[in-house]
Parts: sequence; structure tokens; C-alpha cells
Amino acid sequence: MRERRQVYLDYSASTPVDARVLQAMLPYFGDVYGNSSSAHQVGGAAERAVEGARERVAAILHCRAAEVVFTGGGSESDNLAIRGAGWRSRQLGGSNRLITSPVEHSAVTQTIRQMDSLMGFEAEFVPVGRSGLVDAAAFEQACQRGGAVASLIYANNELGSINDLARLSRIARRQGIPFHSDAVQAGGQLTLDVDALGVDMLSLSAHKFYGPKGVGILYIRDGIDLASAITGGGHEQGQRAGTHNTAGIVGLAKALELAHDENAERSRHFSSLRDRLVAGVLQGISGAELSGHPERRLPSHASFVLPGIDANGLLMHLDMWGIAASSGSACKVGDPAPSEILLAVGYSPAAAKCGLRLSVGTGTTTSDIDYVVDVLADAAKKLRNLYSQEPVREME
Amino acid sequence: MKQRAKRVVVAMSGGVDSSVAAALLLRAGFDVVGMMMRLWSDPAMGGAAHNRCCTPTQMSDARRIADQLGIPFYVLDTQEVFRGEVVQFFIDGHRNGHTPNPCLECNRRIRFEWLLNHALALDADYLATGHYARLTADAAGGWRLRRGVDQNKDQSYVLSVLGQAQLSRAMFPVGDYPKARVRQLAAELGLDVAGRQDSQDLCFLGKGDYRDFLRLHAPDVMQAGPIVATSGEVLGEHNGLANYTIGQRKGLGLSYREPLYVLATNPLRNALIVGTRDQLGRDWLRAESVNWIGGAPPDPQFRAQVKIRYRAQPQPAEVVVPSADSFEVRFDEPQRDITPGQAAVVYVGDTCLGGGIIAKFS
Repeated sequence: MRERRQVYLDYSASTPVDARVLQAMLPYFGDVYGNSSSAHQVGGAAERAVEGARERVAAILHCRAAEVVFTGGGSESDNLAIRGAGWRSRQLGGSNRLITSPVEHSAVTQTIRQMDSLMGFEAEFVPVGRSGLVDAAAFEQACQRGGAVASLIYANNELGSINDLARLSRIARRQGIPFHSDAVQAGGQLTLDVDALGVDMLSLSAHKFYGPKGVGILYIRDGIDLASAITGGGHEQGQRAGTHNTAGIVGLAKALELAHDENAERSRHFSSLRDRLVAGVLQGISGAELSGHPERRLPSHASFVLPGIDANGLLMHLDMWGIAASSGSACKVGDPAPSEILLAVGYSPAAAKCGLRLSVGTGTTTSDIDYVVDVLADAAKKLRNLYSQEPVREME
Repeated sequence: MKQRAKRVVVAMSGGVDSSVAAALLLRAGFDVVGMMMRLWSDPAMGGAAHNRCCTPTQMSDARRIADQLGIPFYVLDTQEVFRGEVVQFFIDGHRNGHTPNPCLECNRRIRFEWLLNHALALDADYLATGHYARLTADAAGGWRLRRGVDQNKDQSYVLSVLGQAQLSRAMFPVGDYPKARVRQLAAELGLDVAGRQDSQDLCFLGKGDYRDFLRLHAPDVMQAGPIVATSGEVLGEHNGLANYTIGQRKGLGLSYREPLYVLATNPLRNALIVGTRDQLGRDWLRAESVNWIGGAPPDPQFRAQVKIRYRAQPQPAEVVVPSADSFEVRFDEPQRDITPGQAAVVYVGDTCLGGGIIAKFS
């Protein structure tokens, strides 16, 4: 009989705060409590912390500190970028078109849909292939008709696939369209060099790379002009009003630095575990398919379609064995819908209810992976037997 | 190594009975897992769960109770199988001029088949519900289903469809208590369910009653037709057989020299048969699709008490078993509302022997 244990394989949903990050943050819950906007010395200490963090982040993004805006997280960054660019274009009599893909994070998709339905903008969804990567030729065609902003995800949250941002951003730039990318999943794992990527705007969220929740970044390239979507006291160059979350910002910068410094070893650790997991699942569950791109994917990210195995049922089995995983069709109130992402890349509605995402992290071990593969194979067998309508087994 | 505690899945509704059932099992040392089935969301009512059984409030109530007890809790999507097995059964029954009780079908096909199988796949040993009924092991190693201690709350009627395999896996923890004691236990255990009303009527109905439901989902069973006296005389028009129940007097819209009652329906002619009070009582019925909980009837002919609807009192009768799939009942006293489609459930003392669906009466 297998011993139950706790295994967290949902690092793509959120990560624990690194102990070193927590240490860096603690003073800002205590002694350094001032408002960074205040003119006095108590506020000055907080301001120095925020501006120091901004410089450290800028060094990693290869940009100027003034191009870094601290926000309340990834969704907020996406909103500020897309609304800000759209509204400015509207104000200047520019294009109404919002160009994106059908496999974006909902912070992008829902923002664009709302601007389309309520505000007279025009959404355009560029087709993607089976792995979820944007078709460059189709994107180029879409850009030729102009746009207020183009927003394409860096690494897909559900599929792990990595878009070629350098190439896609060049296409947008040629047509003079500001290019935004949601890099929330990529943050802490892939390069964030904004010049190499060619992006005009980039969204990040600290809790995906062992930082705290509720704090993020929007990088805005110098010369990209956004209307403010959160107005108020003029913080963050007028882009995001609101008193600074000093501790969160310090934590974000520390977490990003650690991820940058330790990138090589983390990547090795993640990808070796991920490869072991993928091999184990493909071998242990008949018919299992790796979704997303087989190579161009996040080191920490494995995603599958397990035909005939309803994701909600599977997540329940995994949870009973102490395993935290996720699915694009998961639902806490028993009304799961097929994953929109899997549908968009061409899976059938039935298959799109059978997606599973497992994401590894710094705390994951090889014995965790072996345990999960074992539980998964067993649960898959039980669920498939269940659907083949076995009669009730009598209690002995 | 310590032996693993037996695992019990409790079908939770957020209400008093299933919450107390979960708490009692936990106190008795079982490894308890809470589950709730999402049975229905009515697309014709706006897509949301505008039904009575699994509203967002009930789900969050059940989840809160599970959190309070410290047990895992999962909501299972049961919509497709519930629609196919139970709602369809309900509509088809009315289409045949019957008045079906979908709760029995739900216990047979959904709770003690679909959900029980899901529980077993999750390595559970038992499935518990908040039903008022009791289980007793008999000397031969079989399971007897008995009425709940609280005669007013007894729910063995809707469990009469179960067999030995299901009962060997079933637990009814509140069946040993009167309802008042169950409410008191909820308070003692600190469960925040005190304010909840007992569930009424069919769970998948929306704001209206079953007639509104049928009008929406099976308008063909709500066709107008003749109201006919036993003499064959046409007395008026009815607005759909499903609107009437046997024994009904009010709402017929007829003027006649004496009060008229619904005696029967004739689904082939879509006719409602009415008659006077003295024509109402019937003392014989034949039940089909029979389930004997013990696997067989005790004798080919025996004295028993028979209950002909969920809210009726069991009535003394002679039961005759002509075939494996049917039985006949001769009541000592005429019954005024024997209704095809309802279950006739057979008791000896407080033991429920099983039941069948009423097919004929005279």
C-alpha cells in the first residue's frame, strides 16, 4: 500500500514565497512603514526602497528604471497596457483594432472582449496552431490592417508553449503597432531582456517566481504613450495611481534577482523533473498526449490531454492522494466547461474536458514525480473502469 | 502499522441531515469525504442553477460544513446522467399517463449507482446519505432495510429500489434518531445549519411546480383532452393529464349534481376519467418492475403493510407474488388514490421488503 504524501505540482498557479524574499520584505511591514510619496524622512525610507527595487528590476529587463511601473499583479498589468494603448489610440484618432490570439490569459481576452462589446473597439483573434503558437504569417496579415495594440502571450499558461516574441514584435513594429506581451508564466524562467524580445510592454507577476502575491510589473518602453486606466495621485508616472506596496515591491525585486541569478540551475532542475514526468505519464497512461509544443515550452511545465479521463474526476483523485494539480476545465461547482484554450488549438469538446497541467518547482523532487506518476496511472485506470460501467462491488 | 480507517463518502447537500451524518461518521472514526452532485442547471431558466437542489448557496453551505469538519469536499458534475436517467424517466412517465416518483429512480440510478461507483473508485468502502432509514444485518449475512426511528420522517420508501449490493455499501447515520434530535445534534456539534428548511418537492424544479416544468420541457404531455364520466359521457375538457392527480376534486371546472373526483386517466385517448365519491375507492393493485431487497419475496403470498405514495401511511393488505417481476396487493380497506407510476412499497413490521411501480388498479 502506497503511503499518502503531499505533492504540490501547481507552481504555474502560484509559488511559495522564497525564505530570502520574505526576509527582504519583513522590514517593510515593521520599521519602514512610511508612504513613499510623503515629503518627510519616514516616507523617504520607503521611497528609497521602491526606487532601489525599480533599478534592480530594470537591470534584469535591460531597460531604464523609468520604464518600470509597479502594479497590483499580472491581470492589472495586462489591463493597464491594453486599455491604456486602446484609449490613447482612440483619443488620437488612430486604429480601433485590438489584435490578439485565442489562447491568451483571460486578463487579456476578457479585457479585449469587453472593449469590443462595450467601447466600440474591434477585436481580432489571430489563429494559432495545435501547439498554441501564433502563426507569424497570419499575425503579419492582421497587422497590415493596423491596430491600437497587439497582445500575444510569451509562454502559454495552459500549454506551456513559448511564442517567438522577437519575430512577432518585429512584425508589429513594422506596422507601427505597440506590442504587448503577457509574460506572467515566463517570468523567472525565460529571458526578460526587453530589447532582445522587442516588446513595447511586458506584464509580470511576482507570485509566479517565488515572490509575494498582489504585486506585478508593467514594463512600458520609453515613447509608448498610454492613457491611464487607474487614475489618482499620479504615482508611477501617472500610469498606476495608488500608494506603493513597499514590501511587495521589495519582495518582487528580490525574487526576480534570485530567479535571474539561479536561472541555470533552476532550469536544469525543472526540465529534468519535467522530462521524467512527461515520460512517466506517456508511458503509464495509454492514449495520453502531451499538449502544447514538445520542445518550445517552459522548463517547469507539463500539460496533457488524457482521453476518456474527465479532468474534474482526476483532480479529485489526485487531491485525495495529496497531489495539487490543475486543469483548464476545472470547476469547483460541478459545472465544468471544456477548456477554451484546448478548443482553440483544435481539440474536440470531449477531449477539451480531459486536460491536465502539472508544473514543477524548486521544491519538487524525483520521488515526488515517481509518486505522482504512480498515482496518476492508478487513478486513470480506476476512472476508465468507472466509465465502462462496472457493477457495484459488494462489500465483503 | 495502524490499520487504515474505513473511508465513507457522504452525499452532502448543505442541509441538516447530511451534515449531521458526516459529523457522526467523523466522530465514529471514519475517514470521511464529502461529495455533492451537480444534478441540474436549467438552460431554459437562464443557464444558472435555478433549481432547488444544487444552488450556489447550497454548494457553499455544504463546502462550509465540510471545511468546518475538516473533511475534503468535491462537487461532481452529474448533469448528463441525471438528465438522461431521471428527468427523462419523469417526462416519459407522464407521457404514459403515469405519475412517476423520480426520487426512487435517482436513488437507484444516480446515488446508489453513479455516485456509489465514483465513491468506490476513490477507494471508499461506503456511501452515506442523510436519509431517515436504518440498516440491520440479519443472521444469514444479508442486509435488512428498516424504517427510520422517526416515523414522520421515514424515507425507506425512496430507498426500496436498492438491492443487497448497494445496501452492503450504504450507511444512513441519522436514521437512528428523531428529526428533533438531529437538529439538536447539529447545534451540539456547532454545525451552522440550524436555519435551513427541510427540502420540499422535486429537486430539479425551478420556481414553479412540476406542471410548469412539464409545460417547459415536455409540452406534448400537457395537451387538452376530454373529461369523461364512467358512463362514457363527455363532461368537459381538461388542460393536460399531468395537471391532475387521482382522488383530486378541486379544480376540475365541472358543474354536476354531486362532487366529482378524478378516478383514472386514459393516456391512449388523453382522457381524464371522473366519477362520484362512492366510485373512488379501489382495493387492488398490480405492481411491476419489482425489487425485492432480500433478492426474493418471503412467500408467494403473505400479509404485509403497503405504502402507495411517499406521504401515505402503510395500509394492511394481502400480497400475492405471481411472477418474479410483479406482485399484486389486495388492501383490507379501499384506497382512494392508487396512482399508476407511483411505487407500492411493502413492509412487514418496520422492515421494508421492497416495492414495484403501480401498473394497474381496480
